Amino acid sequence: MKIIVCIKQVPDPEHAKMDAESGTVVREGVELMVNPFDLYAVEEGLRLKEKIGGEVIAISMGPPQAEGALREVIGMGVDQAALLTSRDFAGADTWATSYTLAKACQKIGNYDVIICGKQAIDGDTAQVGPGVAAQLGIPQITFVRKIDEISEKNIKAERLVEGGYEVISSPLPLLITVVKEINEPRLPTLKGRLNAKKAEIANWGPEDIGADKDKIGINGSPTKVDEIFTPDLSKDGKIFNIEQLDEAAEEIVKKQKEMGLI
Amino acid sequence: MGIRIIKDKCTGCGICFNVCQYGAINMTEETHVLSNGKEVKRLAIIDLEKCTLCGECVKPCPTNAIELKAETHKFEGKENYKDVMVFAEQRRGELEEAALELVGKGRELADKLNVALYALLLGKDLKGKPEKLISYGADKVIVVADDSLFNFLPEPYTNILIDMIKKYKPSIFLAPSTTQGRALLSRAAGKIYTGLTADCTGLDVDANGNLLQTRPAFGGSIKARILTPNMRPQMATVRPKVFKPLEEDTNRKGEIIEEKVSGELLKSTTKFEKWIKDTTSAISIEDADIIISGGRGLGCSDNFKILFKLAEVLGGAVGASRPTVDEGWIPYSHQVGQTGKTVGPKMYIAVGISGAIQHLEGMRSSDFIIAINKDPDAPIFKVADVGIVGDLFEVVPLLKEKLKRAING
Repeated sequence: MKIIVCIKQVPDPEHAKMDAESGTVVREGVELMVNPFDLYAVEEGLRLKEKIGGEVIAISMGPPQAEGALREVIGMGVDQAALLTSRDFAGADTWATSYTLAKACQKIGNYDVIICGKQAIDGDTAQVGPGVAAQLGIPQITFVRKIDEISEKNIKAERLVEGGYEVISSPLPLLITVVKEINEPRLPTLKGRLNAKKAEIANWGPEDIGADKDKIGINGSPTKVDEIFTPDLSKDGKIFNIEQLDEAAEEIVKKQKEMGLI
Repeated sequence: MGIRIIKDKCTGCGICFNVCQYGAINMTEETHVLSNGKEVKRLAIIDLEKCTLCGECVKPCPTNAIELKAETHKFEGKENYKDVMVFAEQRRGELEEAALELVGKGRELADKLNVALYALLLGKDLKGKPEKLISYGADKVIVVADDSLFNFLPEPYTNILIDMIKKYKPSIFLAPSTTQGRALLSRAAGKIYTGLTADCTGLDVDANGNLLQTRPAFGGSIKARILTPNMRPQMATVRPKVFKPLEEDTNRKGEIIEEKVSGELLKSTTKFEKWIKDTTSAISIEDADIIISGGRGLGCSDNFKILFKLAEVLGGAVGASRPTVDEGWIPYSHQVGQTGKTVGPKMYIAVGISGAIQHLEGMRSSDFIIAINKDPDAPIFKVADVGIVGDLFEVVPLLKEKLKRAING
């Protein structure tokens, strides 16, 4: 079974703190990490390989430093990795990103399962996984929390939706996106770390994956960022202690009435 | 295409250096002369090996010294796309509140553009629902009814949506940013090559008919305004509970259009096997107006009962911080925050939650936030409208009784 996992390198939110005075989020230094949801995707890929056999290939689109993210997942046990990197890919929105990743999947070819994290924690869009499935014309099951059954031909999985779970079955190949509940990602082993250090990571540009230059990066992106601003998040809240509970309750009830909650 | 520093505008102030999340801007000692003749000693340099062209540095630059350029695509027949269309989401035969919210917002946008508002309704046995959508503001409701459309499946829903877009040519297409809406529009936008903006919390139109889409990113620490200047339709998913539905007006007149679609469009590779209701809570956290969330301060699984009791009195749902889920005190479906769910209820009560940035990013857009914590310095108090400093085991039962009395008159 050939399993492709798509991962993204994102800024580490641990290095962001709220500035009490301005109420804006400030970042201290720059630390990058593998998008947390993608670690669940990698882990699930490794588990499928252990169960059915085959190989796990990780791909990522990003600047050269995103290679670090791929080395990290090689440390977990991923067999091969490719970095989609070129100035022409930069500034891609979710459409252009989906297109680029789909082109890379086509280059790899003969995949059975493509796994993505449910969303990346920087953009929070959850659009790239289904976008890749759409570009490839394969079925999708998003927000998967559990794979009930899988064989070389079929899959049955549970997706986490509002108020419950949906059980969906599908033939392979398909794309799934996974939520945190699906597993507990393993830590890299010592041997894995050594492998990661010396592993060759392919670097693919637009020509390597046969991408149409008009459909990649900032130029190929249908959406354009018009403006970015930092909202003031601090509030001038009222603080009460336990002796002032009556006042606090009054304040809450007043608000509930205002909002039509009672 | 690309990004550059306009050297004779860069004063070397370093604001862009602090803004960049990818470490792609360096400050160098380089004396140069500004366009106003002034000499400065520092200059910002962009490291193209690291820059992702995210654009976050452009606006903060006080002297407009950063230029980010992109070529734009031409889209033939853009002027034929005029109206506003919203996806009227139903789940298991029930019209979602989010559908009515979108009809309300869509009405406002359609009025500004002086065009018609369509609602697209897919499902089985949709009796009464088109009329309801009209009474909440829709001009025309396109109904596609088939037994196979009772449950959401990405392929047939996407096929039909694309078919209707080709036929009716809306300029704007909106759906709720639910699991259904996100899965559907991502697939549709992927197929037809148009822009899609996720989870918008602000929508407006400009004089040129562009949809101004405002959305939080990096968990709400920044907001971005996104445009789809050339491609049509301009697609967006919209966060539920941000916009309010209009008052129902059963005298409103509208048109119901029943569309028949070919069997080819209804085909699905994936099969819906069954629905399993989450029985740990009466209301899901996505649907609740009030959420009471518990954190590590609860101490153990059993103490979540205190919150379930309060939730019962207030008619709310119970949420949780990441550590409590990782400890196995409560199922993952309750987790609020960066690796859980993003919620925006009317009222959010954080109990025994200190307020790590990952948690704040999942609940900060709630209308009214109440925090209960014994540590007066807990970061959660900085985002709270009402904070109660005290032991939660004392505070919550007392507060519950007081609220109960107040609610019952």
